[in-house]
Amino acid sequence: MILDWLQSLGQRALSFFQRLGRGHITLYYLLISIPSVLMRPRLLLQQVYSVGVLTLLIILVSGLFVGMVLGLQGYNTLARFGAEQALGTAVALTLVREMAPVVTALLFAGRAGSALTAEIGLMKATEQLSGMEMMAVDPNKRVLAPRFLAGVIAMPLLAAIFAAVGVMGGYFVGVGLLGVDEGAFWSQMQANVDLRDDVFNGIIKSMVFGVVAVWIAIYEGQDATPTSEGVSRATTRTVVHTSLAVLGLNFILTALMFGE
Amino acid sequence: MAQDETAPLVRIRGLRFARGERVIFDGVDLDIRRGGITAIMGPSGTGKTTLLKLIGGQLRPQAGSIEVDGLDVHRLSRDKLFELRKRMGLLFQSGALLTDLNVFENVAFPLREHTRLPESMIRDLVLMKLEAVGLRGARALMPSELSGGMARRVALARAIALDPMMVMYDEPFTGQDPISMGVLVKLIRRLNDALSLTSIVVSHDVQETAAIADYIYLLSGGKVVAHGSPEELGRADSAWAQQFMQGLPDGPVPFHYPAADYATDLLAGDEGDKA
Amino acid sequence: MMHARHIEIAVGAFVAAGMAALFLLAMQVSNLSVVGGDEGYQVSARFDNISGLKVRAPVTVAGVRVGRVTAVEFDPNTYQALVTMRIHPRYNQLPLDTSASIFTSGLIGEQYVSLEPGGDMEYLTEGSELILTQSALVLEQLIGQFLFSMGSGDKE
Repeated sequence: MILDWLQSLGQRALSFFQRLGRGHITLYYLLISIPSVLMRPRLLLQQVYSVGVLTLLIILVSGLFVGMVLGLQGYNTLARFGAEQALGTAVALTLVREMAPVVTALLFAGRAGSALTAEIGLMKATEQLSGMEMMAVDPNKRVLAPRFLAGVIAMPLLAAIFAAVGVMGGYFVGVGLLGVDEGAFWSQMQANVDLRDDVFNGIIKSMVFGVVAVWIAIYEGQDATPTSEGVSRATTRTVVHTSLAVLGLNFILTALMFGE
Repeated sequence: MAQDETAPLVRIRGLRFARGERVIFDGVDLDIRRGGITAIMGPSGTGKTTLLKLIGGQLRPQAGSIEVDGLDVHRLSRDKLFELRKRMGLLFQSGALLTDLNVFENVAFPLREHTRLPESMIRDLVLMKLEAVGLRGARALMPSELSGGMARRVALARAIALDPMMVMYDEPFTGQDPISMGVLVKLIRRLNDALSLTSIVVSHDVQETAAIADYIYLLSGGKVVAHGSPEELGRADSAWAQQFMQGLPDGPVPFHYPAADYATDLLAGDEGDKA
Repeated sequence: MMHARHIEIAVGAFVAAGMAALFLLAMQVSNLSVVGGDEGYQVSARFDNISGLKVRAPVTVAGVRVGRVTAVEFDPNTYQALVTMRIHPRYNQLPLDTSASIFTSGLIGEQYVSLEPGGDMEYLTEGSELILTQSALVLEQLIGQFLFSMGSGDKE
């Protein structure tokens, strides 16, 4: 009984390390293929379109609503201490440090990451990747690396857009609806949000999340069992694993960046 | 390239390949002659597709060697292997067309990837290849709009886009209606002769394959069971070859999957399955 | 080729929007426009007690932000806190005998350093030290002193 349990534990651990190893091999090939992507910007452009532009709408809408909710909740909390003036600070810091990188990465996983996995999984299932290899075309360079690089480029831009739109949303609610003084809103924000410590750190976070999100999406697509069930399972795994990885990494990054 | 013209284009010696516990090839020797159509036949699940992937260098054998045009496929560096692959075409069973490109771009794909030809010349080449498979009119269609037979013909046009020395066909006749089957049979023969290719056809469709092949290898149980020209195989005294070539339901390959005795199995009831 | 053009325009717009958002975050949301990162000159001051003064806390003159705290250290020789501040180069005419105090903004707000210009003819430069300092008021000490004086008052 206990031996069975130990065996299954061992099996799981082994397969986990196997997957981890394969994931790193994937990452290695992606990284060494990046120079050849830079030689063909057109491929990159196409992928920035499909992972970036097509994710823009959901980012805009979510950013606006998250900012508005932060405005409302922040106002209610701060008004108890008579500190409504600090609303701008509260909204901007929450967005720039945490919300924008994390929520963008989660939305990205749901919108672009899952689509990437499904696309690559299907390309594998229909032997397109294998066919390319037989045509002496390296799928890493032609298919995977452009998607990887596009995701890494798109993520910080999306996060910046999310934060900017969110600040707007907080402004509409705070200043427009709840009557916080406009001058205080902006000046308090500017006084307390630091470009390097807050904005840049937020951008660095979202770059890290970008790498992790596309890496997982591409790995899962490539590793998918080439059947429709396998692809659908890989897609689910992409969203789940990316979300967990982003949330976990966010804690570590926050501790490193903002901890004292 | 300065190889002896009479030497076989592909030479396989002592090939052994296993997937996990399952041994797929166990000491296979094969020669593919230049300029001819060689068929590799055998029942489903004998690893015929695996053999093509081994020749193409996508899989690695556990033992034995595969030489293509004098080069040991599995000893080549990645760059050399890619160079060699430019001279081989592989036609996948599914066609493996790139679904986000239309017919024209699919055929143009290897040209764009491997050459720096001007657009007008690419266009001429693509139209020539499409004309050869009779699909010049379908150039603007997307792969999802093609029938299975058409997709295979487009894939064939793509496989010959770089004028390879050899084309490998993976089950080209499976699941085709009689008309597209006839078209493919004729195409394979015609392209082979017109472009002086060497063709390898992997199939289990006896009639069609025998009609175009110059030489046939029969594989079963991980070994070459018989080989020879279609006529020779028709007269082969191997009982297995006879059963396969004539499509008999019972023979050396039994109709029944190995099982316990029928009567005892029935009498055992549920207990039998649990044991 | 219309399709390729459409994609290029969309990507261009996307990248431009991202850049604009970054610009907005830099200029409007954060304090890039107020105090630059490495510009300006550094001065130091020693305090007996800095209470909760943190790195990045504002340095003000007459309530106007002129710089920020860049380092807070303990000086083992004098048993005092050594606070280093970076002042924006625009404010380079602060007298040498300027005094520094640590105040709290509001009842529960953050600590900040307030500079009180003196009358010297020379100005603070890189590496100057502010001699006159006034430590932070620690609430517990104040309350303790208040209770103590109350208690001693009763006895008299």
